[in-house]
Amino acid sequence: MSADFVTPSPAAFHGRVTQTRVLHSEWLKLSTIRSTYITAALTLVVTIGLAIVTCWGQSDHYAWMAPDLKARWDPAGWSQIGFTFSQLSIGVLGVLTVTGEYTSGMIRATLGAVPERWPVLEAKAAVFGAAALVLSMIGCLAAFYAGQTMFAGKHIGTTLSAPGVAREIFGTAFYVTLVGLFGIALGALVRSTPGGISCLLGIITILPLVARGLPENWYNALAPYLPSNAGTDITRLYHTPHTLYPWPGFGLFALYVAGTFAVATVLLKRRDA
Amino acid sequence: MLEASALTKRYGDKTAVDHLTFSVRPGIVTGFLGPNGAGKSTTMRMLIGLDLPTEGRATVRGRSYADHPAPLHEVGAMLQARAVHPGRSARDHLRTLAATHGIPSRRVDEVIDLVGLRSVATRRAGGFSLGMAQRLGVAAALLGDPATLILDEPVNGLDPEGVLWIRTLLKRLAAEGRTVFVSSHLMSEMALTAEHLVIIGRGRLLADCSVADFTRSAAKNTVRARTPDAELLRTRLAGPDVTITGDDTGDLIVSGRTAEQIGRIAAGLGIVLYQLTDQVASLEEAFMEQTKDATEYQAVA
Repeated sequence: MSADFVTPSPAAFHGRVTQTRVLHSEWLKLSTIRSTYITAALTLVVTIGLAIVTCWGQSDHYAWMAPDLKARWDPAGWSQIGFTFSQLSIGVLGVLTVTGEYTSGMIRATLGAVPERWPVLEAKAAVFGAAALVLSMIGCLAAFYAGQTMFAGKHIGTTLSAPGVAREIFGTAFYVTLVGLFGIALGALVRSTPGGISCLLGIITILPLVARGLPENWYNALAPYLPSNAGTDITRLYHTPHTLYPWPGFGLFALYVAGTFAVATVLLKRRDA
Repeated sequence: MLEASALTKRYGDKTAVDHLTFSVRPGIVTGFLGPNGAGKSTTMRMLIGLDLPTEGRATVRGRSYADHPAPLHEVGAMLQARAVHPGRSARDHLRTLAATHGIPSRRVDEVIDLVGLRSVATRRAGGFSLGMAQRLGVAAALLGDPATLILDEPVNGLDPEGVLWIRTLLKRLAAEGRTVFVSSHLMSEMALTAEHLVIIGRGRLLADCSVADFTRSAAKNTVRARTPDAELLRTRLAGPDVTITGDDTGDLIVSGRTAEQIGRIAAGLGIVLYQLTDQVASLEEAFMEQTKDATEYQAVA
């Protein structure tokens, strides 16, 4: 160990913090953690696996299906059933992306390097959102084609160019990505892993179930506007009563996520780290 | 150059830091001392903008830490050793921090070598011992080649070799003209490392002086006299400002009279003295004396 090391080698750096550099830093954080890859692999396997099993089962049921059900037959929708899992895995990973920094104490180093703070949350959302979108696109498309293979023998499948199908498939990927971003926003808001995961699961999966306990007209009036109900309207081919149309529903869910982000950003700036 | 002016932090009705005003100069190691709970860590967090002051201001070279466009080049801080994601390697941890300022990976490898972590740089930091985590924290602080270093209890958890290493490193960094601000609750450690002291207790400034001045002013200097005629000497030394205590060896411990005065009085009485010594209190005693009324958690005797 020599004294020369304290002073950096010649041609020293004179960097300053820029948004691009913070993005690079956040990408390094996401890509140097093993759980990112485990979650990604698990999400793909389960999404595609569920598509195969579900579509195989539905192709068997189809023959005995009531005519009204056949009229609303949604072969692309059945292949996307895996989103029920991927919304949780991606959402939880989103929570952990933020709360992992708080539980480890890394956040102090992070905010020490970027004291402006909000570029960190922005970069986390951008990097995680991009990664989640790519992963979801791959997962949803692969699940779609795997599922249609199971229908092919009975000629009850569909194609990506059929009306509404592309919207269903890519919409599912968009929805899962937004749940991931919702996880980031909730994680930044709550700053604790158990708290963040509880909030996410509570809002995405439990809230719609609890709402079912309401009187019928209350439920019909309220349920369409619950975050995950609104967000998943885009994943179905046919519109059903007491739900929003695909894009308005998706837009409403996006607003919920954006609102949570706004609050998290303001608090990040104001709270002690 | 670090400056705190009337820096205050309140949590509800509890005041953790109470109108602290001090400055830390470059070129020397400044020790930040205080008992546990005195507000040292809170002050350091406010210096680098992690905690917002309730009142007052903390500046680095005249500007708030957050107003510097490249904060890692201004201040390198280690506020807690375990500030690393346990699943990330030491090298990747440093790369994520370096990336925010466009610091090249060549510099990452340099600081890894500097703190002696090369052999474990690619291992997951979750398995690091406290000493290794501490070294990684120092590496992170040095990453941006900062003009100022703020280290919270850097010797905690280090083995004797590590303690010596930190001490040498801090002095070398100060000798290079950097501002070095190091907290500790151990006066003895600071006596070996620091030239200047900022001492706080219960969030308030108790002393801001050189180590030498601190010992001189805060130490209760006494004279130890050993004589076969202790009782006679005791009665003759007595006076309004003089206190004399004995200890179990039978020696007299005199304060309020110098060794010269005692020697003359003894000579005048024809008393034999076996020993006549100035007793300088150790830094640790001086520190305890200074902070005894300002200790947050004190055992009730």
